Amino acid sequence: MSLKEKLVSSFMAFEDTVDVHSSIHDIRTEAIKTFEVEGFPTKKLEDWKYTSLNSVLKQDYSVFPKNENALEFKDIKKYFIHEIDSYKIIFIDGKYSSHLSQTTHDGLDVCLMSAALTKPKYKVIIDNYFNKIASKDGLSSLNTAFSQEGAYINIPKHKVVDKPIQIIHFSTGNEAAVMLQPRNLIIVNENAHVQIIERHQSLTDNPVLTNSVTEIFTNKRAIVDYYKIQNDKQSASLIDNTYVNQKQESLAKVHTFSFGGKLTRNNLNFYQNGERIDSTMKGITIIGDKQHVDHNTLVHHIEPNCESHQDYKGIFDDNATGVFNGKVVVEKLAQKTNAFQANNNILMSDKASINTKPQLEIFADDVKCSHGCTIGQLDESAMFYLRSRGIPEKEARALLMFAFSNNVMDSVKIPELKNRITSIIAKKLGVNLGFDL
Amino acid sequence: MSKYTEDDLREELKTKEYEYGFYTDIESETFPVGLNEEIVIAISKKKEEPEWMTQWRLEAFKVWKEMEEPEWANVHYQKPDFQGISYYSAPNSKPKYDSIDEVDPELLATFEKLGISLDEQKKLAGVAMDVVVDSVSVATTFKKTLGEKGIIFMSISEAIKEHPELVRKHLGTVVPQKDNFYAALNSAVFSDGSFCYIPKGVRCPMELSTYFRINQAGTGQFERTLVIADEGSYVSYLEGCTAPSRDENQLHAAVVELIALDDAEIKYSTVQNWYPGNAEGKGGVFNFVTKRGLCEKNAKISWTQVETGSAVTWKYPSCVLKGDNSVGEFYSIAVTNNYQQADTGTKMIHLGKNTKSTIISKGISAGKSQNSYRGLVQINSRAENARNFSQCDSLLMGNECGAHTFPYIEAKNKSAMIEHEATTSKIGEDQIFYCNQRGIDTEKAIALIVNGFSKEVLNKLPMEFAVEAQKLLEISLEGSVG
Repeated sequence: MSLKEKLVSSFMAFEDTVDVHSSIHDIRTEAIKTFEVEGFPTKKLEDWKYTSLNSVLKQDYSVFPKNENALEFKDIKKYFIHEIDSYKIIFIDGKYSSHLSQTTHDGLDVCLMSAALTKPKYKVIIDNYFNKIASKDGLSSLNTAFSQEGAYINIPKHKVVDKPIQIIHFSTGNEAAVMLQPRNLIIVNENAHVQIIERHQSLTDNPVLTNSVTEIFTNKRAIVDYYKIQNDKQSASLIDNTYVNQKQESLAKVHTFSFGGKLTRNNLNFYQNGERIDSTMKGITIIGDKQHVDHNTLVHHIEPNCESHQDYKGIFDDNATGVFNGKVVVEKLAQKTNAFQANNNILMSDKASINTKPQLEIFADDVKCSHGCTIGQLDESAMFYLRSRGIPEKEARALLMFAFSNNVMDSVKIPELKNRITSIIAKKLGVNLGFDL
Repeated sequence: MSKYTEDDLREELKTKEYEYGFYTDIESETFPVGLNEEIVIAISKKKEEPEWMTQWRLEAFKVWKEMEEPEWANVHYQKPDFQGISYYSAPNSKPKYDSIDEVDPELLATFEKLGISLDEQKKLAGVAMDVVVDSVSVATTFKKTLGEKGIIFMSISEAIKEHPELVRKHLGTVVPQKDNFYAALNSAVFSDGSFCYIPKGVRCPMELSTYFRINQAGTGQFERTLVIADEGSYVSYLEGCTAPSRDENQLHAAVVELIALDDAEIKYSTVQNWYPGNAEGKGGVFNFVTKRGLCEKNAKISWTQVETGSAVTWKYPSCVLKGDNSVGEFYSIAVTNNYQQADTGTKMIHLGKNTKSTIISKGISAGKSQNSYRGLVQINSRAENARNFSQCDSLLMGNECGAHTFPYIEAKNKSAMIEHEATTSKIGEDQIFYCNQRGIDTEKAIALIVNGFSKEVLNKLPMEFAVEAQKLLEISLEGSVG
């Protein structure tokens, strides 16, 4: 039985566990129908031209992990940004772990999707926001159909959240292979400000497939800083679908750090529904082995006077493959748009490959849109300069790579997170530079 | 001149009729509409082709029947009815003439309106022309001069008869019959085209040139061009196209194959000015062309195109850089106005070591048109030290048009160096203001700016073409700035 059939048939079992009379259930039923029609994307689809899910889909994933698992904090401490105080929403095999988490309802809601979906007091919010911007493609619909658990964050007007929120999904490998479908809803109201760090981490070598959907709404003048750390085991695959709907004068930044995992696909979509919006998406990808990272971004400029900035850096070694597919759409109304897109790549090995497709679709005339894309190597003369000053080759190369990715690191606003990422990169490159960047 | 506003300009442009929209009443021999094996065989028979050629066409037809029309391009149009087209139309005044005086005077008048009177061409430009009106080559000039150098320049149907070994060896090697829907269709039914062979070490002393014109109502134009540059040779080839005004859409599906053997160089320039349809987007030519060149060692192929016509353009002149140290170049200006749609670009396939490619594409959209650049740069794993530079700039005039860029970049070798940049902008008010201040009226200023914008490409055109192309740009864009 293929994974698709298995998922469709297990939807009935899923229905037994949820309230089938709520309005959410209509959305779920609709979504599973869409998934039945669309299925998983194949390479025939233009957006999936360079990424094949075949090797990932052939595993026999269990869709509902049965066992409750407890983890000790000391065993998994290293996956947290533990140097700072933060709100935490922790899931183990898709189930909420209350003793590891630190949620709140005090002045803001940092809690669970399952609560938001079932409790009547959230009904208005769910009716207004849930599944409003997620696209109706196969994968997102699949997630919608099985949406039950995840993070629910609602920041009220004028609230500047005092500490970052960490969302971490662990998989323990108690099942042979597991498929997780977290669903997050994040609402940031007027003038509010929040920082979120998201991470998916597998603790064993059993295959894990995560198909995650996150919907983010930023209201007027709200600021959202979202960091995604993707440094998973070789057995783990991640399909991340993130949708950001922005209102006027809001600022949303998404940083994606991809350092590991068998297959990582990031679908990052920004919709600018208002004037003077700023959208920023940046990413660093450093991979080797047979890893595959695919960044698929979309910025939809709908109204005038908005900006978008994209900056993706990639370093590919061994047999790694990288994909960047960035699309900027500027509608007729969106005059005075400034849209920038840059994608720089370094190939370290002859077996590594990179496919990039920076797209512009422009219907307005008074705009400044540009994209640049390069593929190349480290500068020989810069290498020589460093070597001639007694810096060993490995360190010299690492230094140049840090410099290469510095643009992206610069805009990380949490110092502890920046340090953590620096040390992950240093570890990845096998060097100890002895300083923080 | 009283105050000439942008609105006047726009109005003038709207009412400006297609300059080359005349229809020559020459008695033509036209086949019944529709396409089946019999038609394919009949075309082949009509052209007195050898058996292998007929078989080759039939093979292509068989493949074509199985294929579906491609839909991935960023263009929208009513699909042509392939059974509603006549696949063969030839001016009826046969046989060929020994001197130009014998040519049907009306045909000569057509050429004159095109501005390419044969006599003049003969004397002034030193351009050898293979004039193709509705698919059959009518006059070939300067054949003798070329013959002395051993250069073969003739219509492809003649070449099939006279140089079957060359044609058979190379036809379909760069663009195979089953390459794509339109290439297959062309392979099955192509009626004529040009054939050119430059022998080893010969530098062709003049620009070779062909003019295509679609004349007969409801006929498709299926050109087949094959240019072979043998080792160490050089040729510059010009192609110009116009079509008279016709209300229904006409189909043009040409195939151009270039083969540059070791150390050879081919320069292929096109000025395309097919009928773009009227201001309401009615009529116009569908231009679905497959152009591809193959570079052997140290060879160079350079494509230059100025696309101002056609209702729908779907064209990707490509280079397969097979040999080491080979070079591919692509320079393009695509102008769309009114309801025109263009999806054009190039493919650079790097297979050999130290291969280089340059892509410069300038898109100008005005009116309600859509202009897309679609390009592929592919560096294969064995292509050491491959180098590519791409630049695509778009200029938007008015807020009802669109400019799109779809660059595909695939690198599989770590020594590859690829740069791609694209920008989209409009003509700045400050630029126009600057010109106005200096006494240059708005219309002239626009022409000046557009010319500057496309200079890099215009510079690559041979002299005679550059002047014509510059004029075409001005005509196509007059007053379209909002």
